[in-house]
Amino acid sequence: MNYPSELKYTKSHEWVRLEGDVAVVGITDFAQDALGDVVFVELPQVGKVAEAGAAVAVVESVKTASDIYAPVAGEIIEVNAALGDKPELLNQSPYGEGWLFKMKVNPADVEGLLSAADYQAVAESQ
Amino acid sequence: MKTTPLHQAHLALGAKMVPFAGYEMPIQYTSITSEHLAVRGLAGMFDVSHMGEFWIRGPGALSFLQFVTLNDVSKLKVGRAQYSMLPNERGGLVDDIYIYRTGETEYLMVVNAANIEKDWAHLNSLRAGFEVELENASDFFALIAVQGPQAVGVLQKLSDTDLTSRKKNDTFMGKLVGKWVRFARTGYTGEDGYEVFVAPDEARVVWDAMLGAEVTPCGLGARDTLRLEAGFPLYGHELTDETSPLCTPFSWVVKSHKEFHGKEALLKNPCERQLVGLQVEGGIPREGYRVLKEGREVGFLTSGTHSPMLKKGIGMAYVKSDLAALGTSLDVEIRGRMAAATVVEMPFVKLQ
Repeated sequence: MNYPSELKYTKSHEWVRLEGDVAVVGITDFAQDALGDVVFVELPQVGKVAEAGAAVAVVESVKTASDIYAPVAGEIIEVNAALGDKPELLNQSPYGEGWLFKMKVNPADVEGLLSAADYQAVAESQ
Repeated sequence: MKTTPLHQAHLALGAKMVPFAGYEMPIQYTSITSEHLAVRGLAGMFDVSHMGEFWIRGPGALSFLQFVTLNDVSKLKVGRAQYSMLPNERGGLVDDIYIYRTGETEYLMVVNAANIEKDWAHLNSLRAGFEVELENASDFFALIAVQGPQAVGVLQKLSDTDLTSRKKNDTFMGKLVGKWVRFARTGYTGEDGYEVFVAPDEARVVWDAMLGAEVTPCGLGARDTLRLEAGFPLYGHELTDETSPLCTPFSWVVKSHKEFHGKEALLKNPCERQLVGLQVEGGIPREGYRVLKEGREVGFLTSGTHSPMLKKGIGMAYVKSDLAALGTSLDVEIRGRMAAATVVEMPFVKLQ
């Protein structure tokens, strides 16, 4: 499993890449592997304001549907429309082309999330 | 947790193992979609050794089976198999089963793993007065299903027994990689192929020979998506202790010209709901989701998934009988929103 050290993570298996005051959010390599083939993604409305921990998206694999949570509070400013036609990008490139959405956030909030090493410990204990 | 004789083979292949019906079983080896497509395109194999096998033997075997099952066992010749069901006394079903006639007065019944104990108790409760011997042989068989358009060709290369010219539902003894096995041209995927009954300590040799012949190992995940695309029911979902087979597309199994256990209750049961196939746009239906018509609840999903062949959501649902006609537009509630659904013919995909 791959856990890039420049990213921040949540216990619910989202990753966050901070770009200024924009947080790019996706699901981790561990999460995509556990879900299996992703076949449908339900993305949030742009403009939606979410509390930290709010369910904002759904990723469905052949097996099951799984909620995706906002890692920190903020406003959804962009979603990855490419996932509509190619949900398999979540499996193929979880940290790249398979990103889910971008949020306008308070960058200090992101600092409080898990480091790659901490997340790896969480994932590997499951 | 029980394991099958092929447990080590699954671990060696790196399978994801899950508990299923009291067994630790492989749900997938690589991915459900790729395993599914291997079966539709070439050949795949499944360890289904968890399923139960009962021998029914004796001069009263036929009359006993006629009484405890819904299909007409008198039509079954030696070396042939038939799909059937075990009715309860309330018009519902104890299980759905396959019966193989292996001799003049000898039959093999294959039952769902989750129902082995229930079926065994049920059959024993009805055996009084029949000249019949029952044996629960579930631990004496490994069972490997080899399925797909290339499956018979691959098996034939590993066997001196003629497999190619046999008909669907034929069953016979033969040799596979030098081991005596029972072949049955049956399956649960909608594809051609065989189910191979083999002694537990010889299962690994057969499995490895087929791996060597590039048959794709497939888990329970693909088994479920394949059976759904093929429009086959799964006990505990489409069929239960409470559902009548007469309210399903599988009503052909019920042969009302013969006497059987619970016949009066079964024939009296009116169908308020019918089991239908649904194709769903813009979402994946799942078991338990509600089916609505103009905002009114009219049914519920018993199974649902993403069809790898159609690349769409498909499922089976019980809906009010007046909404069961092909082409009827319905809605499936997916996380509080309505997804358009249409009643379609099953199988969902064109099979050979």
